[in-house]
Amino acid sequence: MRTITYRDALREAIREEMLRDERVFILGEDIAGYGGTYAVSKGLFEEFGEKRVRDTPLAEEVITGAAIGAALGGLRPILELMTINFSLLASDLLVNSAAKFRYMFGGQPHIPMVVRMPGGGGAQRGAQHSQMLESWYAHIPGLKVVMPATPYDAKGMLKSAVRDPNPVLFIEHELLYNVKGEVPDEGVDYTVPLDRGEIKREGQHVTIITFSRMLHVTIQAAEELAKEGIQAEVIDLRAIRPLDIDLILDSVRKTNRVVIAEEGWKYYGTGQGLAALIYEFAFDYMDAPVQHVNGADVPMPYSKVLERAALPNKNDIVKAVKAVVPQALVHG
Amino acid sequence: MAISNLTLGGLTRTQLLEMHYKMALLRRFEEKSAEEYTRGKIGGFMHLYIGQEAVGIGAIAALRADDKILSSYREHGHAIAKGMEPRAVMAELFGKITGCSKGKGGSMHMWSDELGLLGGNAIVAAQMPIAAGIALAMQYQGLDSIVACFFGDGAVDEGAFHESLNLASIWKLPVVYICENNQYSMGMAVEKAWAVDSLIPRAGAYTIPGEQVDGMDVIQVYEAAKRAVEHARSGKGPSLLEIKTYRFRGHSMTDPAYYRSREEEHQWRTTRDPIGFFEKKLLDLNLATQAQFDENDARAIEIAEDAAEFAENSPDPELDELYTDVMVDNSTALSFRYERK
Repeated sequence: MRTITYRDALREAIREEMLRDERVFILGEDIAGYGGTYAVSKGLFEEFGEKRVRDTPLAEEVITGAAIGAALGGLRPILELMTINFSLLASDLLVNSAAKFRYMFGGQPHIPMVVRMPGGGGAQRGAQHSQMLESWYAHIPGLKVVMPATPYDAKGMLKSAVRDPNPVLFIEHELLYNVKGEVPDEGVDYTVPLDRGEIKREGQHVTIITFSRMLHVTIQAAEELAKEGIQAEVIDLRAIRPLDIDLILDSVRKTNRVVIAEEGWKYYGTGQGLAALIYEFAFDYMDAPVQHVNGADVPMPYSKVLERAALPNKNDIVKAVKAVVPQALVHG
Repeated sequence: MAISNLTLGGLTRTQLLEMHYKMALLRRFEEKSAEEYTRGKIGGFMHLYIGQEAVGIGAIAALRADDKILSSYREHGHAIAKGMEPRAVMAELFGKITGCSKGKGGSMHMWSDELGLLGGNAIVAAQMPIAAGIALAMQYQGLDSIVACFFGDGAVDEGAFHESLNLASIWKLPVVYICENNQYSMGMAVEKAWAVDSLIPRAGAYTIPGEQVDGMDVIQVYEAAKRAVEHARSGKGPSLLEIKTYRFRGHSMTDPAYYRSREEEHQWRTTRDPIGFFEKKLLDLNLATQAQFDENDARAIEIAEDAAEFAENSPDPELDELYTDVMVDNSTALSFRYERK
């Protein structure tokens, strides 16, 4: 094993898949000469050339449609949209074409396309650069939506996504690119499934469900809670759609208490969607209502102080856990 | 120009008669669909190709079997022109399992991998970026198949039109963009919607060849399409054809067409019918006889009737088709195992 950054893990996945399959190519704004706004594709243009590493005009709608068409035509495109915020311009092609084609054309076409894009905020980028919109896309039958939080998962899931015959939205996070983690040695080809969550930390008092950057905040919160004897089970969703619902329900049946920690807005979001499923299928196992930890229900402010206040932190998670884990349970 | 007019596009009498038959087939098929729609056998939205036959038949005649086409929701004509069995089209309209999309698409969503009919799009202009991508795949893999993308005057107003022409131009993609300008995007007259009155300047804006063609003349369409197809196949990149035509019926089956006068419709129907125009030309040049036209028309009516009967007698999809084909590996719904009772 060796330790690399999330960014490097992504680059390795892209490079290895491009070497493995000549149908794989990448396209996006400023990914070639510039090396990608987050430097994920740095060096790939020099290695593979302009046929397989393509800079596109600043035109989300056509480049997304072109990625869909390229996939229909027999290739395996990895499209980079600069951020999930800009994907709204492409959302028609994603929702009305990519997600629908196989079904409405009677099972004939398939679209083996990956769309990579970072979501989330925390770098003072302002309201139009900081959104978490995975629930919008996860609402749509016909799309896969994944959000790896660690370098290991990022590399393994991106490889799976490229090999998957369906359209996969691969949502990263701006503040995850520098996060370090262990991955297998070079030359070891491994994948991580796109439909499985993972228990990143076992515990018996509460289930904390989280994903993306908030996994790391949640782990910190869990460590702090452990000092007081509260053992939290941390589930990293990894896959938003399809959802690893059995993993979640098994944990809920064990702990009877749930906290959902996410960066995005609360109302009609991923957490509320999850909570509804938990109530629907594990109601009898619940000893308390689901606790939600979310970003503030406002457009993201620029000011450092306000932005910090808008984002959920470790203390918010600790507080939510304590609201449902009674002292008696821990010390009783 | 003059020479090709005399030989009518360099086509033999047999080929010309076949072209006539195909236009008659499209006309009779659409008339039959309209009848079945009114009888309640076809639901949803249905957009007829009546009046535009010369565009689909002329353009697709210039393609090879391995070339791909994309279309909008007004696609029955393109599907049949590309070789789809009228039975499979009608069964799809009826929503039966024997339809080309297993009944799950309907009038606006038809597909055939083997014929290269790649949709059937209800989102106006969405087919243009996708066509660029398919052309990219052909180019990338060193194939010399090209892509013909049909869209209407309404699609020209969408941003995707401009983005697609630009991308196809800079990457020299082997795609022919064919605008079927039937003068109205639903109720919006093209004079009110377009800042220029032809697409030639728009082709120029993206430095690609552009032509304006009389869409009621199937040979003119065929020849313009051939030029554009050759341009694409030889690696020179995209072209934009503006083919001026007219739809004799409303935008869709539910459109009473208050936005245009009955006189205007009557004018087009009686003096600019593409089938009538072609028949007159063939007769004047002694290339065909009225008896042959009547034979073609009779065959067209028979095939259309047969298609409707086939559709009527075909079974509906089984209920478990509801959940198939969402994803390739059928890992579909969020809680798939829980969703199906």
